[in-house]
Amino acid sequence: MRVRAKKLFGGDVEGEALVSRDPINFYLADPETGVYLEKNHSLGGKSLSGKVLIIPSGKGSSVVQLDGLYQLARHNNAPRAVIANVADAVLVSACVVVGVTLIHKPEKDLTRILRDGDWVIIKGDDIILGERNAVLDH
Amino acid sequence: MYLTKREERILEGEEGEGKRLAMELLVAIGEAFEAERLIPITRAHVATSAQEGDTYWAERLAKGGARCAVRTTTNPPWDYDFFSRIAELTEYEISLLHRTVDAYRRLGAVLSFSCTPYVLDNVPSFGEHVAFSESSAPPYVNSVLGARTNREGSPSALASAVIGKTPYYGLHIDENRRANVVVKVEASMEGPFSYGLLGIHVGEIVGSGIPYFRGLPRNPSKEELVYLGAELATSGSVAMYHIEGVTPEAALMEEPVESGAEVIEVGEEDLRDTLERWSESGGRISSVILGCPHYTYEQLVEVARILGGRRIHPDVDLYILTSRHALEMARRSGVLDVIERAGGRVVADTCIDQPVFRKYEGTLGCTDSFKNAYYRTRRGQKFVIMDMKSCIEAAIRGEVR
Repeated sequence: MRVRAKKLFGGDVEGEALVSRDPINFYLADPETGVYLEKNHSLGGKSLSGKVLIIPSGKGSSVVQLDGLYQLARHNNAPRAVIANVADAVLVSACVVVGVTLIHKPEKDLTRILRDGDWVIIKGDDIILGERNAVLDH
Repeated sequence: MYLTKREERILEGEEGEGKRLAMELLVAIGEAFEAERLIPITRAHVATSAQEGDTYWAERLAKGGARCAVRTTTNPPWDYDFFSRIAELTEYEISLLHRTVDAYRRLGAVLSFSCTPYVLDNVPSFGEHVAFSESSAPPYVNSVLGARTNREGSPSALASAVIGKTPYYGLHIDENRRANVVVKVEASMEGPFSYGLLGIHVGEIVGSGIPYFRGLPRNPSKEELVYLGAELATSGSVAMYHIEGVTPEAALMEEPVESGAEVIEVGEEDLRDTLERWSESGGRISSVILGCPHYTYEQLVEVARILGGRRIHPDVDLYILTSRHALEMARRSGVLDVIERAGGRVVADTCIDQPVFRKYEGTLGCTDSFKNAYYRTRRGQKFVIMDMKSCIEAAIRGEVR
């Protein structure tokens, strides 16, 4: 399946999906393990490290969102890419400053379609759901 | 988003890595909001938080040779000379402060370190397009001054400062500046604290909306308007409001309120309920923290008048955070001497949300600012929230009854 979206920042990447039903704030992840700590959250207890993160949106003030993602990256536990239904200015800033690929407004709500562990490829403005190493050259 | 030839060259790195990074962020935000192009700005304000992610960005731009292209003032981190004598700080916290100040110096920012540039040293005129971060700034800049800024984060405000431009979307565009909720105020309003309480109450209800206030007095002080905006941006993410008969832009609009806008009423009882939810009820206190946002000179004069030669309780530390300018004026006029003889500390260049106040975590304090209480609560300090005079009386007694 190929879903059209809008690339806002970063290069083409691929990786395992981690799907959140709820908006996220990177400040609520443990930088040393990458595990998301917020209670009663669909990502609670799961690690963001190296994943293609699929979220409805970000939440929280600019300072903590950026510092949260920065601390994850410093410990090599940042997500590989973020796919958001809608990205706000704070989420855009955090991804650009830290260097995490960001794509938003997919034609379909991927938080409802994808499951944790699905292989996701971001190529230009396309999100491709498929086989590992199927599309991108390494 | 359309880019001019020169903007494209900047994005390709032809004017250095620092400007390339800044342009990359502006383009990403512009694309996210479907802005048609970039527009020039005349000034910027950057919320220099001395948190590492923010400092990392400033250092990358500075290392890449970027310089601020427009007048760019900076938010307070904390005053090294003052706090290195009295607070326990880690090597990491001290080095992060120095790294932050050094990066912004290299970027050519004005090291003003105040959160109220809009009443002090970076005041845009009606209609100016600017890029201001610091949550209390957009409400004042858009509403009271009639200039135009989106609710910027520190990285995007700094990127705009370096490029001298911002994406043309949101509150830069006429159509987006009309109110979408009417607030009928039926409570009496007097003093900054009552405006702050109104702001907290309304911000919770309207979220990111643009409120249109009816029933407020005709000649509010600048401090009252500072508090209203700061608190609207604390419980909500309000970046603009209108006050009938007070703020300049509504009177110039044919229809300042969108048709079908919701109408909410605010009475004394609503405000009392909101205050009860936000404030602790009382007890013995270890600190009184005033000046979030930074106190003006006029507020320092008022503190000295209320103290009236009395001394504060020996178990209480009284901090009043202000701008370097107001501190110096207070020194010259003798106001500082009155406050210091009472046992109070007037401090410039400092924000409440910093590690220098760590020793008060887990204790009860007093403040006249909901914003202060909100951010300090995240760090484990609780507050009774009440007006300036009541805070000072509590500092003298050592408790809130």
